[in-house]
Amino acid sequence: MRELTTDVLVVGGGPAGLSAAAEAAGAGAEVIIAESDLHLGGQLVKQSHKFFGSKDEFAGTRGFEIAKILMNEIAQNGDRVKTMLGTTINGYYGDEGVVTAMVGEEEYLRVIPQKIVVASGAQERLLPFPNNDIPGVYGAGAVQTLMNVYGVVPGKRVLMVGAGNIGLIVSYQLLQAGVEVAAILEAMPRIGGYWVHAAKVRRMGVPILLRHSIKRALGGEIVTGAEVNELDEKFDPIGAAERIECDAICLAVGLAPTNELLWQAGCAMKYVPFLCGHVPLRDKYMRTSNENVWMAGDVSGIEEASAAMIEGRIAGLSAAKALGLKVPDEKFDGYRERLRDLRAGEVGEKIRAGVEAVVVGGWEERT
Amino acid sequence: MDLINSHPVLDFLHGEKVSFSFDGKIMEGFEGEPIAVALHANGVRIYRRTPEMKRPRGFFCAIGKCSSCFMVVDGIPNVRTCVTPLKKGMKVETQYGRGRILFQPGEEARPCES
Ligand SMILES: Cc1cc2nc3c(=O)[nH]c(=O)nc-3n(C[C@H](O)[C@H](O)[C@H](O)COP(=O)(O)OP(=O)(O)OC[C@H]3O[C@@H](n4cnc5c(N)ncnc54)[C@H](O)[C@@H]3O)c2cc1C
Ligand code: FES
Repeated sequence: MRELTTDVLVVGGGPAGLSAAAEAAGAGAEVIIAESDLHLGGQLVKQSHKFFGSKDEFAGTRGFEIAKILMNEIAQNGDRVKTMLGTTINGYYGDEGVVTAMVGEEEYLRVIPQKIVVASGAQERLLPFPNNDIPGVYGAGAVQTLMNVYGVVPGKRVLMVGAGNIGLIVSYQLLQAGVEVAAILEAMPRIGGYWVHAAKVRRMGVPILLRHSIKRALGGEIVTGAEVNELDEKFDPIGAAERIECDAICLAVGLAPTNELLWQAGCAMKYVPFLCGHVPLRDKYMRTSNENVWMAGDVSGIEEASAAMIEGRIAGLSAAKALGLKVPDEKFDGYRERLRDLRAGEVGEKIRAGVEAVVVGGWEERT
Repeated sequence: MDLINSHPVLDFLHGEKVSFSFDGKIMEGFEGEPIAVALHANGVRIYRRTPEMKRPRGFFCAIGKCSSCFMVVDGIPNVRTCVTPLKKGMKVETQYGRGRILFQPGEEARPCES
């Protein structure tokens, strides 16, 4: 079995992982980025809209272009950073200091890293309803992959479930790709996403049905439509179900941290609703209770790419410092200030409360 | 193929167009792009049948996490077609049930149902 050694293993090549790799390599560490997908960039490559967030984190730039900027920064470190695509990190064996990786469908190998930054992002939530397993029911991420990465039409007429930012943005992206959006369903009495995104799709004639949910997918083998219901205050269906014709149903009902590796690594975890699931406790360097493991990005709590990039920088820098490399301490202060600015005000209220619930003082003394 | 012809912000740089087979039918797709994506562009929606209920399964998560897109590729079952790149001449087949695994490289496929 092939065996690789490295100073820092970064799990996941999204904005958080790329930023962590750039910092760690910038400080002189050898880095391997393992990415299960066939390309780097994580969620960024699927985003064709101009990003919200802070200017330092490229707000106003389209997602896939941000990914390119980060990859260029990494390229400046020459061959200190190795990227392994199609590579999934799937096992952590603490006693031996080994993690295992699956490369493609064929090769299984061992990686022996000194430090690990887990930046595995998020996973979509599912919704239970009859026939939710038949072809034509997709996660929002899959629809984005098809149309924004590979230019393949996901369907002719799509029913979107969920009016948070993802549901709204993906609906808009569908319209851009020339696909009809039958309606956007939202179980809550109000739109969850930003008003600008909702206004854009409404202007293009897509109805947003509040207090509505999907009852079942129709079609014996492949989706041909859906039955939808209005809901009362207790989220129970009222009235007769209405039939909507569509050949695809797109679920955009939230994300949860992809935290399996952190569980395996024995990191102390906590369920924090504001961060959308189980997330590790951490010190202010994004280091977990396992002193060789850091985390950054959506896996530390569902937030945004801007925050993911700063967290990645903090984690990468801290891992480099723990390796004994020279790292200017002011750099941490600068990143932390940017994070504070990003989470300021009303929009950051939930994130601030969530993060507060998992930050542990006193761990910083570890080297 | 069901491709987006013009897009206001994105350009799609596809690789080389190659042919492959799906259940014996010859189809075209772009080399290096996921097998599942090429099938979808060719209008194929059902990728496998579940072992017990024989339910149809197709494209779902696109990130190799849900097992919905498992197919038999060049004789090897349970291939995550959403993250496995298409190659020229690949033989892609619908997977029925758990599939059969190759016991030794080069050896005849054996059933793995117990
Ligand atoms: C539709 C949509 C619109 C958005 N719009 C904005 C916006 O305008 N502004 C903004 O700031 N944010 C936005 N976001 C959020 C932003 O995209 C995410 O917060 C950000 O991508 C999180 O970065 P990440 O690096 O933590 O995770 P990801 O980008 O999800 O990357 C994680 C990577 O890790 C890989 N991975 C996972 N597990 C493993 C493993 N075991 N081994 C190897 N690799 C693994 C995955 O394949 C993936 O590439 C949007 C998100 C969506 C879905
Ligand atoms: S579609 Fe989920 S594993 Fe391929």
